[in-house]
Amino acid sequence: MTPGSHVLHAADVAFTYDRRGRLVVDGVTLGVGRGAIVGLLGPNGSGKTTLLRLLSGTVTPVSGRITINGVAIGTLSRREMARRIAVVPQETHSAFDFSVLEIVLMGRYPHLGAFELEGANDVAIAREALAATGTAALESRRFATLSGGEKQRVVIASALAQSSEILLLDEPTASLDLGFQFDIARLLTRLNRERAVTMVVSTHDLNLAATLCTELVLLKSGRVLAHGPTERVLNAESVRALYGVDADVVRHPRAGHLTVVPLARAD
Amino acid sequence: MRRRLVVTLAAFGALTMVCGLVAPIVGSTPISLSRVFNRTIPFADNVDAQVFFVARLPRVIAAALVGSGLAVAGVVFQALLRNPLASPDTLGVSAGATLGAMIAITFHVDVAVMGITAVPLASFLGSAGALGIVYLLAAARRRGTSSTVLLLAGVALSAFLGALLRLIQIVADFTDTLRNVRWMMGSLDVASYAPIVAALVPMTFAFAVAGSLPRVLDLISMGAEAAESRGVDVRRAERIALLSASLSTGAAVSLGGPIPFVGIVVPHIVRLLVGADHRVVLPASALFGASFVIICDLVARTLFGPVELPVGTVTAIIGGPFFLWLLFRRLA
Repeated sequence: MTPGSHVLHAADVAFTYDRRGRLVVDGVTLGVGRGAIVGLLGPNGSGKTTLLRLLSGTVTPVSGRITINGVAIGTLSRREMARRIAVVPQETHSAFDFSVLEIVLMGRYPHLGAFELEGANDVAIAREALAATGTAALESRRFATLSGGEKQRVVIASALAQSSEILLLDEPTASLDLGFQFDIARLLTRLNRERAVTMVVSTHDLNLAATLCTELVLLKSGRVLAHGPTERVLNAESVRALYGVDADVVRHPRAGHLTVVPLARAD
Repeated sequence: MRRRLVVTLAAFGALTMVCGLVAPIVGSTPISLSRVFNRTIPFADNVDAQVFFVARLPRVIAAALVGSGLAVAGVVFQALLRNPLASPDTLGVSAGATLGAMIAITFHVDVAVMGITAVPLASFLGSAGALGIVYLLAAARRRGTSSTVLLLAGVALSAFLGALLRLIQIVADFTDTLRNVRWMMGSLDVASYAPIVAALVPMTFAFAVAGSLPRVLDLISMGAEAAESRGVDVRRAERIALLSASLSTGAAVSLGGPIPFVGIVVPHIVRLLVGADHRVVLPASALFGASFVIICDLVARTLFGPVELPVGTVTAIIGGPFFLWLLFRRLA
């Protein structure tokens, strides 16, 4: 795994929020190939969200090195970062009454000058992002009045409007019902195929990970337990090691992908 | 977007112009506009012109500056703290500015830095001090402190600074007290251009700085981390925004005292009218804030004329119920 062959690469990265405290991310080395959908799995507090923050440059590692296409992210300005990586947070609340189109247009920020207003081109990109996420009809609705699933799709549209090649998603389906979970998974798969967007997705939903992700990274206590193709990494042993739960991991005959059925607490 | 910006600002600009022209004509002494601008009568003999230019115009200009200063500060605080109830009043920043100004007035501090005289200087320092505390709170907000905690901290800070204010009043000269009390209610008893010029310096600077902020405020209002991932240097933006807001609060308070509720009422009405985009909201609030305080001061001057109410009573009578309505609307 050399940094050059990956869109996004982390080399022996460590991070702590509290200088004397324990390392939240502890020596993570990780390469993300172009066009991959990488799932980050791990129990609560395993460092998934922090790792995403490190990859997006929101926090700076205490040691180690993160590169995008071979360029160290420390050498990039925030704007330059934002043109390369977009982030979809777990939940988005707007303090003010923005319209859906306004929210999506905010994604154009890193492409505009300090006093530049969005032009026709930016609006076209935003509308296209709305169309790609199936939210074109919501354009002039107030963001605050949308359902959870609609909001999440609009936020994904806003991230797409950033025109970056990498998308980081932090538990994108955590607060959504089954129908919306399904929609988001299908949407992400489609965006990955049609637009060649590389994705890193953290999730607690093992079945979502099994359907969506081409490869998985298993995190425990800030360390990488395993990293590889989903088919190889997701099995009864890894589920047990990660969560302390005995589970059946079987290929679903009709869905065609692995499914995880928890059976009992392993301890 | 460009069209929307131009149309909105033209409309609010026109409103401000009308208020600014009509307000000096109205008052307990009737004057005629044609006599005011009649060049054939020497100024010394032209009572109408004297009333217009000496008694009323400075006051109207002061009202406009105070209104836009407090409104802009309100917009900045609300976006930065992602809380529509944040304002110079609720965060204790007005109280800080008041304390600073009161110290300068009571102890007759006589210094000037870069043309800024003691009272505006002290009131800026006071607001900056209070803001330092707010900044720590904002940092806590970044880490996820709830906005209720912020507002409660503002209440506590205001009460604390209020106690210090009363302490100063007690040690102050008896004759100063009445003046101080009146000033603390928020009054625009400005009868010369000197304090206006003194306040104009920091306020111009504050507005110039705020001019670079609107888009950043849009993004920060969606969450600090979301803003960062979209390319905003949030820490830098916060510092710039808080400097600008404390300068304009300080300048406004030095001119008119802590006129309450302007920083919360004005941005809300503007948002109801023009939406959430700060590129429109910020300049429109500056203009509407000017109009709002000019009108409130007009009411204060004329309602029980010739007795003048402090303008702060008028803004509070309008703003108090409005604030409650906002709270209930948020709860509903």
